[in-house]
Amino acid sequence: MRPTLRFLNNELIDRIIDEAREILCELGVEIHNARAVDLLASHGARVDAAQGRVYIPGALIDRALSSVPSSFNLYNVHGNAACEYAGYNVHFTPGSAAINILDYDTGELRKPNTKDFIAFSKIMRGLQFIQATSTAFIPADVPEQISDSYRLFLSLLYCEKPVVTGAFTRESFWVMKDMQVAVRGSEKALAEKPLAIFSCCPTSPLKWSETTCENLLDCAAYRIPVEFIAMPLSGFMAPVTLVGTLVQHTAETLSGIVIGQLASPGTPMLYGGSPAIFDVRYETTPMGAVETEMIDCAYNEIGKRLSMPTQAYIAFSDAKMLDAQAGLESAMGATLAALSGINSISGPGMLDFESAQSLEKLVLDNEICGMALRLVRGIEPKEDFPAMPIFQELLAEKHLLISKHTRKYLKDEIYFPGRVIDRANRARWKEEGGRSLEVRAHDEILRLLAEYQPTGLPAGTVREIIMLMEREAQKFGMEHLPEREE
Amino acid sequence: MQILEVLKQSIIEGNEEHAARYAGDAIAERIDAKIILDDALIAGMNVVGEKFRTHEIFLPDVLLSAKAMYAALAKVRPLFLKEKIPSLGKVVIGTVQGDLHDIGKNLVGIMLEGAGFEVIDLGTDVAPERFVDEAVARDAEVIGLSALLTTTMPGMGKVVKILKERGLSGKIKVIIGGAPVNDEFCREIGADAYCFDAANSVATVKKLLGQSTSRAE
Repeated sequence: MRPTLRFLNNELIDRIIDEAREILCELGVEIHNARAVDLLASHGARVDAAQGRVYIPGALIDRALSSVPSSFNLYNVHGNAACEYAGYNVHFTPGSAAINILDYDTGELRKPNTKDFIAFSKIMRGLQFIQATSTAFIPADVPEQISDSYRLFLSLLYCEKPVVTGAFTRESFWVMKDMQVAVRGSEKALAEKPLAIFSCCPTSPLKWSETTCENLLDCAAYRIPVEFIAMPLSGFMAPVTLVGTLVQHTAETLSGIVIGQLASPGTPMLYGGSPAIFDVRYETTPMGAVETEMIDCAYNEIGKRLSMPTQAYIAFSDAKMLDAQAGLESAMGATLAALSGINSISGPGMLDFESAQSLEKLVLDNEICGMALRLVRGIEPKEDFPAMPIFQELLAEKHLLISKHTRKYLKDEIYFPGRVIDRANRARWKEEGGRSLEVRAHDEILRLLAEYQPTGLPAGTVREIIMLMEREAQKFGMEHLPEREE
Repeated sequence: MQILEVLKQSIIEGNEEHAARYAGDAIAERIDAKIILDDALIAGMNVVGEKFRTHEIFLPDVLLSAKAMYAALAKVRPLFLKEKIPSLGKVVIGTVQGDLHDIGKNLVGIMLEGAGFEVIDLGTDVAPERFVDEAVARDAEVIGLSALLTTTMPGMGKVVKILKERGLSGKIKVIIGGAPVNDEFCREIGADAYCFDAANSVATVKKLLGQSTSRAE
């Protein structure tokens, strides 16, 4: 039996959905994008041009929900399936778009650069339990206008995993699409085997910006999967109650589903988000708060009720350094998310309210992910009945270390963490340097970087991607891209 | 000589059947028994010990390799009828008086045997005098003491004391291990070495005996 966590019963879910639909129909959403407004109007939505509001009738919502896929796969750069977003499957991906990196040597935050992003991508290649990579932070050594596409560029060059990403402007969508097409060979091949997910973020309460709408419409046109990241803040830009926040999250997400599905029925979508409670003491949005995590798990249940694969920003922390808070918040989030069956769990590596990535934390979080993935495999009998024979063997042999049963099930049944988690006895731990978690994590980074092997992307593809990126950089005054190591 | 490499490999892989067969093949090729023992059996177990120490393989893999090594040894042993099987040294091991826990002690025995030591296992609940008597009678250079209980740990100190009384300190070395034991306790009772796990026992004993601890290639 897969252990599964639930916060809402179906009656409550249906009530929340009904209330959200009523809000969309009666109060409407504010859409700052003519294409999206026209699209909705042409399908019968009422538009109040003066107020900039669009009122979405139930029939449009039903239509969108009937065309949205209940599952989809992501494929790596070689075209092999890497993530299957379906049912209660769980996949992890690093938190995306941090503006800072936590520097190991100084312990301080700083702006990341090309070298950091390459290191991140190389490390991601070696992290077994984080199945999709992400454009985790924003390199500051390239013009701002290409800082989104440039992350995808480096990802594709150094890590074969599919990418969770997003465009910061309408213009950068095109090069980001073209680089993916270069990897796949054609737009059709890309639509058949998606390589990246684009985040599309409505603005709370109930608003869609010009750029986000454009990104959503452009992704839909090319069948590029999107994840909706609604961010209601309980007690601030949303009702303080968790149910009230869920109603708002549902309304904001449903409006995105409607826009995208009307534009191109069948576009793959994740029912996602990054809501948070609002800490009125510090005026912050704690992502590691237990209520934030409860909202995430609960809207995932609503997404499942709507037969959609789900996503959440949940497995991370607001701590400023790699301390116990960083571990406990990330582990709690990852555990709850995995138990809830959130299909794409975003967060690993992230600290400080989604603003800072730490490579050391990333390798620690990989271990948390490994444990969470083991957890949801649950407890199943494996040649355990009848029980007598194995106990007869135990009594006769005095131990079961080399029993056939042990050999068959040891590595399947028991997850042995990597070098970051300390399980040595004290004497051995001391002999091996008495290293703290942070030092072990850093050593693991050095090991992964030393063992890194290129992904084997065909030379022609590499040339094409570089050409596309250079051309884009030149548009914004950068003649040559920053130096890259092999 | 290729057969030695294959035999060594079968021991590293823990393939009992292959180990026995290739040991037979090596004998049929008239390779000197001492060379089979050193270059295939012990060399193989050295690799296994090192891989275990660095977490490349796990305990069950070591035990399977030991089993394969014993299967090969059974074939080679008759060739040593006239001379005794050469060993790196003799080690008397056992769990101290009042303590019935033997898993750790057994593992240490397997690791030491695999590395080429002759191991005399006295079992569990062994009186301090018996350790010393047996070591003297069998001409052993090392006594290995195991304890799991804090209440039985003092038995280790008694063995050290008896050796001292009989003027054997330094001649017969004492190595201790077990969950509650540590370096500090080792110094307190005057034992010669503390070993924190089975994986490191071979290196610790070799160091005690002044042997090269250079690990597997």
